[in-house]
Amino acid sequence: MKVELTVNGKEITADVEDRMLLVHFLRDVADLTATNIGCDTTSCGACTVLLDGESVKSCTVLAAQADGHSVTTLEGLASDAGEMHPVQRAFHEEHGLQCGYCTPGMVMAIVSLLKENPSPTEEQVRAGLEGNICRCTGYHNIVRAALAAAEASK
Amino acid sequence: MSILGTRVIRTEDPRLLTAGGVYVDDLRVPELAGALRATFVRSTVAHALIAGIDTSGALAQPGVAAVLTAADMTDMPPPPPAEEPAPDAPPAEGPVPLGGKWSEPLLAVDRVRFVGEPVAIVLTDSTYQGEDAAELVSVDYEPLPAVPSIEAALAGDTLLFPDTGTNVCTKGGGDVSDESIFDGCDIIVEGDVVNQRVACLPMEGRSTAAVFSDGKLTVWASTQNAQLARLILTAVGLPPDAIRVIAPDVGGGFGAKIGVDRESIVVAWAAKHVGRPVRWTETRNENLLAMTQGRAQLHHIKIGGSRDGRIKAYRLDVIQDTGAYPRMSGFLPMLTNLMAPGVYDIPSVQAAYKVVVTNSTPIAAYRGAGRPEAAATIERAVDWFAAEAGLDPVQVRKLNFIKPGQFPFVTKTGAPYDTGDYEGALDKVLAAAGYEELRAEQRRRREAGAARQLGIGLASYVEITAADAGAGETAKVEVHDDGTATVYTGSSAHGQGHHTAFAMLVQEELGIPMDKIEVIHGDTDLIPDGVGTYASRSLQLGGSAVHKAALEVKEEAARQAAALFEAAEADVMLDTETGLWQVRGDPDKSLTWGQVAGNADGGLIVANVRFTADRPTFPFGTQLSVVEVDTETGKVTLLRHVSADDAGPVLNPVLLEGQRHGGIAQGAAQALCEEILYDADGNPLTSTLADYAAITAAELPSFELVTSETPTPVNPLGVKGIGEAGTIGATPAVHNAVIDAVSHLGVRHIDMPLTPERVWTAIQKASAK
Repeated sequence: MKVELTVNGKEITADVEDRMLLVHFLRDVADLTATNIGCDTTSCGACTVLLDGESVKSCTVLAAQADGHSVTTLEGLASDAGEMHPVQRAFHEEHGLQCGYCTPGMVMAIVSLLKENPSPTEEQVRAGLEGNICRCTGYHNIVRAALAAAEASK
Repeated sequence: MSILGTRVIRTEDPRLLTAGGVYVDDLRVPELAGALRATFVRSTVAHALIAGIDTSGALAQPGVAAVLTAADMTDMPPPPPAEEPAPDAPPAEGPVPLGGKWSEPLLAVDRVRFVGEPVAIVLTDSTYQGEDAAELVSVDYEPLPAVPSIEAALAGDTLLFPDTGTNVCTKGGGDVSDESIFDGCDIIVEGDVVNQRVACLPMEGRSTAAVFSDGKLTVWASTQNAQLARLILTAVGLPPDAIRVIAPDVGGGFGAKIGVDRESIVVAWAAKHVGRPVRWTETRNENLLAMTQGRAQLHHIKIGGSRDGRIKAYRLDVIQDTGAYPRMSGFLPMLTNLMAPGVYDIPSVQAAYKVVVTNSTPIAAYRGAGRPEAAATIERAVDWFAAEAGLDPVQVRKLNFIKPGQFPFVTKTGAPYDTGDYEGALDKVLAAAGYEELRAEQRRRREAGAARQLGIGLASYVEITAADAGAGETAKVEVHDDGTATVYTGSSAHGQGHHTAFAMLVQEELGIPMDKIEVIHGDTDLIPDGVGTYASRSLQLGGSAVHKAALEVKEEAARQAAALFEAAEADVMLDTETGLWQVRGDPDKSLTWGQVAGNADGGLIVANVRFTADRPTFPFGTQLSVVEVDTETGKVTLLRHVSADDAGPVLNPVLLEGQRHGGIAQGAAQALCEEILYDADGNPLTSTLADYAAITAAELPSFELVTSETPTPVNPLGVKGIGEAGTIGATPAVHNAVIDAVSHLGVRHIDMPLTPERVWTAIQKASAK
């Protein structure tokens, strides 16, 4: 079937299988590989992107469901001038990433979380990230990065 | 000012944060254009004979280029002869998938031994086609009784390898039958402690891409060491120099990506066999079925001592479940035996092990690999002993610690501890945690009969890092005539921050700023000789190698500078603040690195080294956990975790803390929630992340890190490994805290993971007594 998505501000039209997952559309059709796949049960959050500004796990959305909608991935987060988003900057400064594999999903999940709650407590950040698994950082610095990004955005 | 010890944020990050890493599945290199997608057909039964495989249905599907089984591997060289290793031969550090009577085939031949074992490989144009076609490969299994547990393996009613006549593939250690070591002990505790099987679970699973062209095989693999991977890949029948292995970004390893597994060999062979590039990226389900897992030891312990808390004797008898194939032979339990007595000066120690095969996923290294198991059990045993004696666990630890003046100290199991200050680390943690206040709060809750009881758990640990110190690590440092430097390392980053760390070492010695230093790893064409990253070896061996190479570059540069200055070599000096070469007493004259390198042959100063250490190092520390246990539901909440992890002087606190945080979380995960489970027929019950309870941010607190730095004389940097320390200390600290919370109810031990059900059941049992 034919789908038309706006990905990071760019319109992409493609003929895809009905069953194509959004994450495969992003990786294989739009050729945006920052969004990673970490599981097959919507458990790990590595594939988190923004769909019309709301975080979704792109392994659990069909490309067809995103037809006519707008998707933002990690690649679309920095400003046009290349300046990192406050969440990206906070991850760098707080050492919120190690191997980097969960990072795109974590960053997008936190962007969404801070949009909903611009001044979260540590507990709220932790609860908000329950659907995103990181195996390297023990979450300590990811939580700090989220809180620092919230602070920096005030 | 020295850059060493300062908080330098990572140079790796900007790329990972804006474009994302380039992991194997992200590669869009021209060589892989049009690559076939590999999908493995995996055994759906734990133990069976294969009567036949029908691939015709799959082959008829659209987009299917080939369906290959072991029968198609006629162009593979025969596996190496079944040689018995010499009894004193050191066990292999990495997976050894070929050869020997316990050999692991590349694809199942006539028998499958675990659910998830690869049976066939389907090559298709797209991933979705592969999943469809794999479903249609019909394998005729003749089921055999499953051996799903250590108990079943030891019973020996069914053998996984009938030709061997046993399920016990190796044993070692000393005598564990002499009871006289416990003579005269006032307090004796004896029991079983389970160190359960857990998943390594790097967020990127295994992934391999391969191209065979013009007689050369190029393999991109998600691996902790490209060089070992290359050696393993010679199984396809090519010499090492006809193989190039590249490790692009690697999304975590934790021991399970040392070398490569059989699937990667099959993918490489398939690319050669069909003459087209092939790429494979496993699903999480495959990952939880077939990536090697960790721990899986059953310990029988006996500990005895005097009423005042002095431990006189300790026995550790280990049974290692190695899964369906003994990947690491006796290596893991051997390390567990070696580290059995932990931080204590125990006059009599007995340790032994045996390794059994079961119809389950093979076991290999997982963050700590044999040492966490030792620490978990001695720390549990000491608490158990303290509880029986009615003593404070702090008091018992202090009484039995090896004292700072005793180093170097060789334990009764033969571990040559280099340096340590065990009591110092413990005291720091007690002070930071407010131990007395915590005990007071615990007393208040106990006296009030509160539903939510407080538990305080301690673990004082020591571990061995860079156990294969003699293998060392390679480094090449080049300074170019444009003033930039390139570092080639045999060490292999997959999240640790090698590029930042090694550039810091070079800046320190050469005064070349980090942003002019490129660090390269993981490409066997560029770095044919390297050992890789595992066993917390990277900084102490890889970093020391970089340091050594930088010093050699500096020596050669001094010669070049002297020639340019027309001065004596002894009179030239490098100002590492400015990166300028100067002549002593003549501050007006100076040369840049570019000028000095430009004077050398080829405009390049280069040093190529291997650094080896003559012995391993032994980091140590104490971790303290505070938990709340809801005695009505059994639910455990980890409230605080305070940790002093001493790995010697700190190169970069940012990286050190990151390693500790991640380690602590994985250690706590084993104590609290994670476990790979099988049913009685060997069917996995935890093969997705919906079933496997991977720990999340919501179950953890922020960690409180305490500084402790005791240098080692073993390497020039004075450093020990930190990658595994967090994990090793955290598991027993959290475990002990939970038992401590309910010990006043009569509970002495609960096996991990400390799920609400287990804790609640233990409380019920104890109160029924």
